[in-house]
Amino acid sequence: MLKLSLKKLDELFAAMAQSQALYIPADNGGQAQYLRWAPGMKMTAALNTVRSAKDFFFPQTEGLVNFKMTGKTIEVIDPRTEAEDFVVFGVRACDARSFSILDKVFLVDPVDTYYQNRREHGTIVTMACRQPEETCFCTSFGIDPTHPEGDAVCWMTDDALYFEAVTPKGEALKEKIASLFEESDDAAVKAQQAETKAVLDRLPLHTFTAEPLGGDVLMKVFDSPSWKSLSEACLGCGTCTFVCPTCQCYDVRDFDTGNGIQRFRCWDSCMYSDFTLMAHGNSRNSQVERFRQRFMHKLVYFPANNDGEYGCVGCGRCLAKCPISMNIVKVAKCLEGELK
Amino acid sequence: MQGMMIARAGELLENGTVTRVLGWQTGEFVYDITPAVFESAEELEKGFVYNSFCGNNLSKYLIQASRKEGKILVFLKPCDTYSFNQLIKEHRIVRENVYIIGIPCDGKTDGEFLKAKGVKGILGIREEGDNFVVDTLYGEKTIAREDALPERCRNCKSKKHMVYDELMGEEGEVLDSHRFDMVEKLEAMTPDERFAFWRSQLSRCIRCNACRNVCPACSCEKCVFDNPQSGIAQKAAADSFEENMFHIIRAFHVAGRCTDCGECSRVCPQNIPLHLLNRKFIKDIDTFYGEYQAGEDTESRAPLTNYTQEDVEPSIVYTRGGNN
Repeated sequence: MLKLSLKKLDELFAAMAQSQALYIPADNGGQAQYLRWAPGMKMTAALNTVRSAKDFFFPQTEGLVNFKMTGKTIEVIDPRTEAEDFVVFGVRACDARSFSILDKVFLVDPVDTYYQNRREHGTIVTMACRQPEETCFCTSFGIDPTHPEGDAVCWMTDDALYFEAVTPKGEALKEKIASLFEESDDAAVKAQQAETKAVLDRLPLHTFTAEPLGGDVLMKVFDSPSWKSLSEACLGCGTCTFVCPTCQCYDVRDFDTGNGIQRFRCWDSCMYSDFTLMAHGNSRNSQVERFRQRFMHKLVYFPANNDGEYGCVGCGRCLAKCPISMNIVKVAKCLEGELK
Repeated sequence: MQGMMIARAGELLENGTVTRVLGWQTGEFVYDITPAVFESAEELEKGFVYNSFCGNNLSKYLIQASRKEGKILVFLKPCDTYSFNQLIKEHRIVRENVYIIGIPCDGKTDGEFLKAKGVKGILGIREEGDNFVVDTLYGEKTIAREDALPERCRNCKSKKHMVYDELMGEEGEVLDSHRFDMVEKLEAMTPDERFAFWRSQLSRCIRCNACRNVCPACSCEKCVFDNPQSGIAQKAAADSFEENMFHIIRAFHVAGRCTDCGECSRVCPQNIPLHLLNRKFIKDIDTFYGEYQAGEDTESRAPLTNYTQEDVEPSIVYTRGGNN
């Protein structure tokens, strides 16, 4: 394990940023978000960013293809510029797991080459959690916030940063920065992990589980009368879907440039009224149906199709941000209560 | 107050005055409160709550709720009564299907706001005099109530209910607030400074539409931005121009109708002070057409939908110069 005094954190960032873009969670307008590092930028004290780290691989808007018309010929242009190599530093365990969930969507046949391209260029350096919030429930999905996944993992104590490379990408990064570090044992890391685990046991949602849903009870859950009251106050906004690290739905739209088309995709939300609007009409005409879809997808359909893996990582963003404070935990608890 | 509300709501359900009650429901934590409809005394006992976290303005829900069969009881804070009146003026709520109980409000905070003040891991909160004592995973924290309230409550415009069928607690007064102070600061900036301010704010927008969907003045059946037939439907802002224009167009659309309830800024997940756009319009309307508060009544003609010979001419834009 490598160790670095926190006094040298700026040097570390400079070294990482030397050969590729570096993004760190920093404060902007009172909100934490990933920003491209520049000398002088400090890491946020917030536990996590408001927008998740999925933006790096699945940005909110992205050009897919351009068509340019000259007379009777149509030129097809690939608007992609080769993505640069980049490092995302300070990703939390929940967001790190979200990448493997998104991979199951975008990297299966047919592979989404836009996503794949970014994924290949990105190195993920994760940061173990020390002070989880009451909204955290990643452990419910088998995630260990004291030892996140990632190309490399870090632990931050009061005075030092500990670094461990995990994948070949992580090893490659380690080579570039190793000279700043000293070798160290893992005693401080072990102590911190034990301390954090004690807090995890005290989290209000630490016993939460989505396991009773799904499987044989799928239709029973789908037909539950509770969807109506659960969704009654839903505003139909896209906050939960847009701050969610695993929501992956998008729309493909054409922008008419006057002499051609720019075809782009942008995040879409199953909470929006025109999400399922098709030529024949709309298959989900009420907010109850739209609301149900979001939670069924994460808690029932996704695990059914992906060897039991849930479409939720317990980051707690939707708990914190929903304008009416309705969320996946309340929904799951209510439905599970009915099954008992 | 909560106990009185539950008891009275139970009575009104019992004697058939109303068939449903619109209020607030407890959540997983002390602060995550959801607007909810209650249909029985048991439901009220189980989940009804009224405390310092009941910030949601319930008036907009009445657009749908008042169209259903039977009468609904709603609890409205002073702030929410302005929205209610404005929606009545716009013929969006069926008045006879609503029974209003006006309730007092000492300002509402929320979990996110407390966290922005550096409180982590909230487990419980109790109100002790002028303080919030927050029990957290990392020890106890005390915050002065004044510091724990968002801007809209620190600059509360009124403790007085504009409409009600009955009142609980003491009726308050319309207040002299400092709600235009920040607008004045923005007006004093150079155009470039002001542009930079708004770009830094609006560039964070993720177009979740929470501001629009929560806004009682945004009551169109179908928003142009959601309507594929409109030609300007937009799911995501493609560039900074679209990012700016969504909010500016929305502010124009609610100008003269916005009651300044502040829900837009409360719900913004990106902490954008959207209410400042609306307050600029309110302040300008006050200046050019005389003091006007949307939602104060249900009958008067609003400045922007009325004509008087004293109305300013369009040339006011030039006379004021580019810096206002």
